[in-house]
Amino acid sequence: MNIHIPTPLRAYTGGEPTVSVPGATVGEALEQLTGAYPALRQHLYTGDGKLRSFVNIYLNDDDIRYLPAKDATPAKESDELTIIPSIAGGD
Amino acid sequence: MLKLSFAHYEALRAHGEETYPHECCGVLLGSSTAAGNEVREVIAAGNTRIDSLHNRYNIASEELVMIQRQARKLSLDIVGFYHSHPDHPAMWSPTDFAEAHWIGCSYVITSVEKGAAKVTNSFLLTGTGEEDKQFIDEPVEIEMNQQEIATQQPRGTA
Repeated sequence: MNIHIPTPLRAYTGGEPTVSVPGATVGEALEQLTGAYPALRQHLYTGDGKLRSFVNIYLNDDDIRYLPAKDATPAKESDELTIIPSIAGGD
Repeated sequence: MLKLSFAHYEALRAHGEETYPHECCGVLLGSSTAAGNEVREVIAAGNTRIDSLHNRYNIASEELVMIQRQARKLSLDIVGFYHSHPDHPAMWSPTDFAEAHWIGCSYVITSVEKGAAKVTNSFLLTGTGEEDKQFIDEPVEIEMNQQEIATQQPRGTA
């Protein structure tokens, strides 16, 4: 399936905006992604392997944090994963 | 260097006036070049911080996913974001810095005083990650066409 990489993380995917990986679940696809691009891992996960709080991952239109099976959710070849860091702030 | 058209510059400032006394926010689509970020589209977004709209902003990640999809269709990238500081200087705040995660992107801030857009500044988020990120002042270049040059004057640049 295709994984869309946000601009700041493309430095770790050789500049690729979209990476195609195999995987039967969201977690497997992400594992393939960080296996192919190891430098990406620290930007997505904390030291103990949790998704960083400001990193959001969407399976099509759904935030995987709110899917019942989370990253164990089955995924099809035609599905799309989007990595999208949060945007917030204020004075 | 952040390059954007006069129309886009005026649009993001007008957004801050429309939402005053609340913060506005939006996304800058374009391309990154050796010279800096060049803006081709300005997308206004909703502010989901309804608990503190006067001094906080947040763009829903669902909306960001849609905007990123829109960018792909236009063969553009997300190159920056903008928001307003109602009755507060156009400088990044500790909250802005803590919540900034898009390395290489431009963060544009407009101060809006009593409903009128005043100063607009841009800050480039540099570094390699959370540990060494920093904001640096970024010059803003406003592109004007002949008619705009004859009739308009950009307001609010440092």
